Amino acid sequence: MVSRAAWLYIVVVVAITGVLVATSRPTSTHVPHPIIVLIVLQLLFLVCDSAKTPLTSRQTKWSPSSAATLAAVILLGPMAAAFVGAVSVLSLRRQLLIAERLFNGAMYALCGLAAGAAYVKLKGPVKVPEFGDFPKIAVAFAVAATVHVVANHTLIWGVYRLNRGSGMLRREGLESSLPLLLASDLGYACLGLVIAALWMIMGPFSAVLVLVPLFVARWAMGQFAEQQRAYAATMNALCQAVETKDYYTRGHGDRVSRGAVMIARQIAMSSDRTDAIRFAGMLHDVGKLGVPTQVLQKTGPLTEDEYAAIQLHPMRGLEIVREIGFLYEALNGIMHHHERIDGRGYPMGLAGHEIPEFARVIAVADAFDSMTSTRSYREAKSIPMAIDELRRGAGTQFDPLIVEAFIKALDVEEWPLSAPARAPADLTIVTVQDHDDPTAPLQVVIP
Amino acid sequence: MTGSTVAGHQAPDRIAYWQAVDSGRLLLMATAVTLVTAAFAVTAVEARPSAHHPIYWAAALAFGGFIAFGELLRLALPGGREAAPIAMVGAMSYALLVRLPKYGDTRQSAMLVIAVAAVGMAVGALPHIAAGRPAGITGICSRIVAVACVAFIFRPLVPKEFHDRPWELAFSIMALLVGLGWLVDALAGALIRADDVGAKFSVAMLDEIRLQWPLGLAVGASVIITVFSADAVGLLVLAVFIGPLLVTQIAFRRYAGIRATYLQTVRSLARVTEVAGYVEAGHSRRVSRLAVAVGRGLGMPEPDLLALEYAALMHDIGQLSLRDPIPGGATVLVSAADQDRIAELGADVIRVAGVLDHVADLVRCQSWPALGHDPPPPLGSMIIRAANAFDDMVGGSIDRDKSAAALERLRLDPNQYEGGVVEALAEVAGRRVPSRL
Repeated sequence: MVSRAAWLYIVVVVAITGVLVATSRPTSTHVPHPIIVLIVLQLLFLVCDSAKTPLTSRQTKWSPSSAATLAAVILLGPMAAAFVGAVSVLSLRRQLLIAERLFNGAMYALCGLAAGAAYVKLKGPVKVPEFGDFPKIAVAFAVAATVHVVANHTLIWGVYRLNRGSGMLRREGLESSLPLLLASDLGYACLGLVIAALWMIMGPFSAVLVLVPLFVARWAMGQFAEQQRAYAATMNALCQAVETKDYYTRGHGDRVSRGAVMIARQIAMSSDRTDAIRFAGMLHDVGKLGVPTQVLQKTGPLTEDEYAAIQLHPMRGLEIVREIGFLYEALNGIMHHHERIDGRGYPMGLAGHEIPEFARVIAVADAFDSMTSTRSYREAKSIPMAIDELRRGAGTQFDPLIVEAFIKALDVEEWPLSAPARAPADLTIVTVQDHDDPTAPLQVVIP
Repeated sequence: MTGSTVAGHQAPDRIAYWQAVDSGRLLLMATAVTLVTAAFAVTAVEARPSAHHPIYWAAALAFGGFIAFGELLRLALPGGREAAPIAMVGAMSYALLVRLPKYGDTRQSAMLVIAVAAVGMAVGALPHIAAGRPAGITGICSRIVAVACVAFIFRPLVPKEFHDRPWELAFSIMALLVGLGWLVDALAGALIRADDVGAKFSVAMLDEIRLQWPLGLAVGASVIITVFSADAVGLLVLAVFIGPLLVTQIAFRRYAGIRATYLQTVRSLARVTEVAGYVEAGHSRRVSRLAVAVGRGLGMPEPDLLALEYAALMHDIGQLSLRDPIPGGATVLVSAADQDRIAELGADVIRVAGVLDHVADLVRCQSWPALGHDPPPPLGSMIIRAANAFDDMVGGSIDRDKSAAALERLRLDPNQYEGGVVEALAEVAGRRVPSRL
């Protein structure tokens, strides 16, 4: 969906580009067959642009098409660079909306124009380069490439901001991948110079040659994204397998993981840490497998030994996941998710800010999901009631800042409520007491 | 723990360097050392600084620096491989460099190319050694041998062959030679790997080619781009081209990283059955090591071995759906119907992921007898069945009598356990030694 403000912005960008292109003149160039050169570069741009690759999150796509525009800057001048960028309108990616196509075309044209203007201003020669030109070309080109990258990111940032609210960059986890994105863009922009240099020797074939490493890089990026998806899916399957032991806690890990990510975004965690807390949330209760089933299913108050067995589950979880190459913090989050701010939690009895941030985040999401899920001995609490309980526990059980962040996040995003559990008739495996529920603490026999 | 049978995707236990030197490695290292010694000797005798234009030396220095930088940024690839694509681009480009502007034909000899590559790689390896990482001598040797092949063929052709010929000729010759260099590198890699993990050489070679071709293609194209644009731009091209190369390398690094984490995760989570008391501690990992070693002995290619490793790690995951643990966790002791059920339940768990259906199939068929089942079970499933039965009887023990008795029992039941698999298992079991002496 494109908001009205974003439409306005797009129209303005298109209009400015149109006026600038109409009022500029083609640079005279000594390149033989300039029309063919232009068409080859447009094709190169189109191929690169149509094969955009997801970089980190689903939102951030990346393509090396700027190399074609920047090659046009050297070989043909600013106006031709604008024409190369404008073919983005014709991108073969079918899912693009008309608004996106218009914006991309105008935006890349404007970037090409700006880069070309910078190049000409710095007295970069517009021609098939020869060796004598190179120190001059290199400096002017470096500036042109930087202008291109900056203009590109600024214009895109504008449309994001208008279309999805100002929180967009942070919420999609773009912020911390921005340096990587900028570096990739600048790195591949250098190829523009390489294309121009090769043109002297092999003409249009240089565009084909340059495509080879580009597509291998794209292949690797694609493999990365595919492996990442497969990884998440496998993790999910294994977590579900762990939860099959207990009908009522099905989906608990998944929801806690989502809650932890909501909080992480709200408190502006970096995207690496957000990824880590996603997995930590999913796996936080995996150690429950090490607790004997009869203890988990016991109806009456627990003996001290049985309570100790339950208190051991964070350590058991740590034991299982210790060898995964996670961030160290994720392990901390799993180990300490039952600590309390007042120091009365387990397993270590840490207090306040001794408790790692991951653990404080997971503790809130964990308790909230437990309260809003149905248990065999009680109905689920409504979201407002559960929020009240969290507020009540803030400062004693929970970190007040995390609780507030979570409540704020709940305003913006919907909570994936667990389906009202109706246990099948023949089901005997149920947890009778829930160790995560802050409103119904485990009953322990005091001898 | 079984040190010497540790297979494939697991990092081999650290052992003293001389213990790891075997025939293939020795051959490679001897070749590389001979080449480098000869190169240093010839270069020292022939090269007087005054005999050449400064650009001649500047090129040697620039390419040497580029190679050192590339060696510093080595790349870990799936399956415990290591590559240094940027160093390879530098060394190959220097071997193929024909002309520099304002200087004309470059006249570096093949020997100088080898010497520059060797010094560059050694310098690039120093920080790795300083940081306590392996020096990667084997990798350096195979890169040097590959570059030497290319240089020895190409240098004598220059410059007389390329004058006033169309660029297509030089391009084709270079493309062929880059391909040859890549094959030599892959060959050396396969030789080492066959020795290291006990794979058949032909299988190891196909694995190398299958796994390395995308990177090889990127390196090859980059070499040709570098050589031709150096003709136009001069040595400056090295500074310009490093940008795109770095980005490509980052892409590969991320890919290899997520593969490694994926494997670690499955390995760790497969242990939930142990923590929950369903199976003996270390069972799934031992079975997976045995299974992969057996699969490798039977000549399975690497993608199949990876699926086999995943399936073997998770072969007992179906037990999580059981109400009560089987006594001792030994599936070999329960009825065939129960074994089928556990296998089915496990396959269902894995199928939820949606991306590991081939692994789920291996898990599902693990309870099928080797003979008389229609359809017959896949090879991977038969391997898991035998390895699981063996480990249920022997456990972590390395007692030879115990292991011989277990194998005897498997041999007596050819309907259940496939003969070829059991013999391969016997060979792997014979190699089992304590990992720490």
